[in-house]
Amino acid sequence: MTAFADVLAYACLVAGATLCLTAGLGLVRFPDVLSRMHAGTKPQVLGVLLVMVGAAIRLDGWANAWMLLLVAAFQLLTAPVSAHLISRVAYRRRHVRRDLLLVDELRGAEAQDDAHRGDEPGDAPPERDGAGRAGV
Amino acid sequence: MIAVDAVLYALIGGGALLCLVRLVRGPSLLDRVVATDTLLVIIAAGLAVHAALVRDPTLVPVLVVVSLLAFVGSVSVARYVGGMLLRASTDDGRDVGLPVAAEEREGRS
Repeated sequence: MTAFADVLAYACLVAGATLCLTAGLGLVRFPDVLSRMHAGTKPQVLGVLLVMVGAAIRLDGWANAWMLLLVAAFQLLTAPVSAHLISRVAYRRRHVRRDLLLVDELRGAEAQDDAHRGDEPGDAPPERDGAGRAGV
Repeated sequence: MIAVDAVLYALIGGGALLCLVRLVRGPSLLDRVVATDTLLVIIAAGLAVHAALVRDPTLVPVLVVVSLLAFVGSVSVARYVGGMLLRASTDDGRDVGLPVAAEEREGRS
């Protein structure tokens, strides 16, 4: 029984650690903030969940299991909040590769940017407005 | 099981190193925010793996603190980046306040 529990715990730990490596690879390889965030939230939910399950199997005692469950529940609660905040700020600061987007429901019809420049201040004017005039 | 331990530490260390690469190279502040968030989560996972491998429950409360810190840090820096402005004040000395969101500006023009 203990051997089986150990094997199960090791399987969970290895899966979680592999997800952590996957997150690092995605962070390095992906092109813009939104896709990097997509890669970076994988260990935040599933990887941490698997690692916590493995650690709760290995560490005996209910106190440790409850505290690890608290960490997992906290990750489940806070990952969507921080992802939503970061993606909203990224969109408003025009930090989105628009040529890579398939659907952009927030895009206005008349004003759009030509180039992906990265950091722009929140009150920067749009690069091109509806009449075809170049912005400031 | 020693080989499996080494593989676990190598996987988590590799993920953390790649996050550090993005943290150094990241072209903008938001990339660095995402990389920092992911790095802290990977550190929490590494602490949990270490605690599980040596069967040492002393590190478990640290995990709660690290995960709280990751959330608060990323959210506060994201709010700060969203409030950064081109000009610090208007010409007549008033504070400009919060910036107009890009969506609203596009709707008005």
